[in-house]
Amino acid sequence: MRKVSIVGAGMTRFGEHWETSFRDLIVEAGVKALTDAQMPGQDVQAIFGGCMASSRFIAQEHIGSLIADQVGLKPIPSTRCEAACASGGVALHSGWLAIASGRYDVVVVGGVEKMTEIGTSRAALALGGAGDQEWELFNGASFPSIYALMACRHMHDYGTTEEQMASCAVKNHANAVNNEYAQYRKKITIEQVMNSGYVASPLKLFDCSPLTDGAAAVVLCASEKARKYSDAPVEIFSTSQASGTLSLASRSSFTSIDATRVAARDAFDHARLTPKDVDVAEVHDCFTIAEIMAIEDLGFFKKGEGGKVSEEGRTALNAEISVNTSGGLKACGHPVGATGVKQAVEITWQLRGEAGKRQVNGAEIGLTHNVGGSGGTAVVNLYKRGD
Amino acid sequence: MKDALPLIWRRSKERYRLLGNRCQSCNQAYYPSRKICSKCRRASKLVPEEMPKKGKVISFTQVFSAPEGFENEAPYFLALIELDNGVIILSQIVDSPSERIVIGAPVKMVFRRVFEDGSQGAIAYGFKFKVE
Ligand SMILES: [Zn+2]
Repeated sequence: MRKVSIVGAGMTRFGEHWETSFRDLIVEAGVKALTDAQMPGQDVQAIFGGCMASSRFIAQEHIGSLIADQVGLKPIPSTRCEAACASGGVALHSGWLAIASGRYDVVVVGGVEKMTEIGTSRAALALGGAGDQEWELFNGASFPSIYALMACRHMHDYGTTEEQMASCAVKNHANAVNNEYAQYRKKITIEQVMNSGYVASPLKLFDCSPLTDGAAAVVLCASEKARKYSDAPVEIFSTSQASGTLSLASRSSFTSIDATRVAARDAFDHARLTPKDVDVAEVHDCFTIAEIMAIEDLGFFKKGEGGKVSEEGRTALNAEISVNTSGGLKACGHPVGATGVKQAVEITWQLRGEAGKRQVNGAEIGLTHNVGGSGGTAVVNLYKRGD
Repeated sequence: MKDALPLIWRRSKERYRLLGNRCQSCNQAYYPSRKICSKCRRASKLVPEEMPKKGKVISFTQVFSAPEGFENEAPYFLALIELDNGVIILSQIVDSPSERIVIGAPVKMVFRRVFEDGSQGAIAYGFKFKVE
């Protein structure tokens, strides 16, 4: 297997883009990533694009062709990857494999979603498709309610509190203040989260990631050729993807995501590293309870301690481990297909030392963690500065 | 899901009677039923079996913001329920005082209307649970 590095990264602002179409978003992100790599388009050999539900949000399929066409890179192969909210992570994993295998030297990986084109309750129905249509959504299980069931059990088993969950949202908003690409660049307080009203108890509106439009892209290159494009390549030195059951009820645990634990163990084993070696992590906080479970399942903290350590500030910027410096899904925004790629963009900036006021001091090792649905898919990647 | 008449019809037996199945080799029970056992895969056969209609709540939530098609019912309770044979299912909880919907609460199945596809569309029936 060949080594693979990121030589260019770019993204649109995340938020409501009523004046911008799906295709314009993905072109903007792709052009930014290629410009960052100072790479002529003809060097790109393949495209992998993450997108969850374009048919539901904008009634458009055949996204692979659309992207290649709109960025002027046809006839190279262009493939859409779908794994609900982990679509971007799966696209990244697929692009990585395409280079590591030796088939291509340069691949662009993008992620995109345009979620505000339709009304909120219809968008909720589309997102519900990340779970089990016949046995979850049929019974009225919205996406937040599935995570609410995990939160309720986590509170019961480990004494996790609503205030501890709220502290994740407060921390992520504080990080987003310094991210010009974030949807919500405003500090919030524990009280504001606590008073934001139940969506599905115990989760309140400010425990939930928003509906977001946006796109992100990275240019992947065989590491042996990376210096041709970048003075500061960032190597993805381990990547792992795992599957879990589609529906929550079929799991062996409701306070942990099996697919995350499997992908994390595999990624760390391949890298011969431990969770203690990670300086900066972008984890999948579609809901605050998801961040708490993630920092436990990834091995940063013991099972059951996620709420407590979040409240103690141990995951804040430049604390024990900096988690979700971008603002996470909660405050940076969550255009579902783009999120997994955005996480790689943020880690690239962090490892290059270009993250401005949200820079993690001396960041050497980065991690991204992207989850599809309630844990049907998980992708975990490890990053370091390239040779 | 809208316009899913064949699906509503196909699943009706399973939803009306909690009909699942069980692996003949490893004895694992499944609800909803599966075509092959997740553990034994092709090495075993699954035989139909009705699930017990009683169980206990192992987690619950009250849904205030409902997906399309359920707006009129909000707020409503959803729960993970461990049936008496150990199989865990997701269901709504109805006809129960909210203070009695707690982890550990004993529940039994009731037959209810679950989903209506607008004023003209099909009505799907199935199981919900109530606290005993
Ligand atoms: Zn079996």
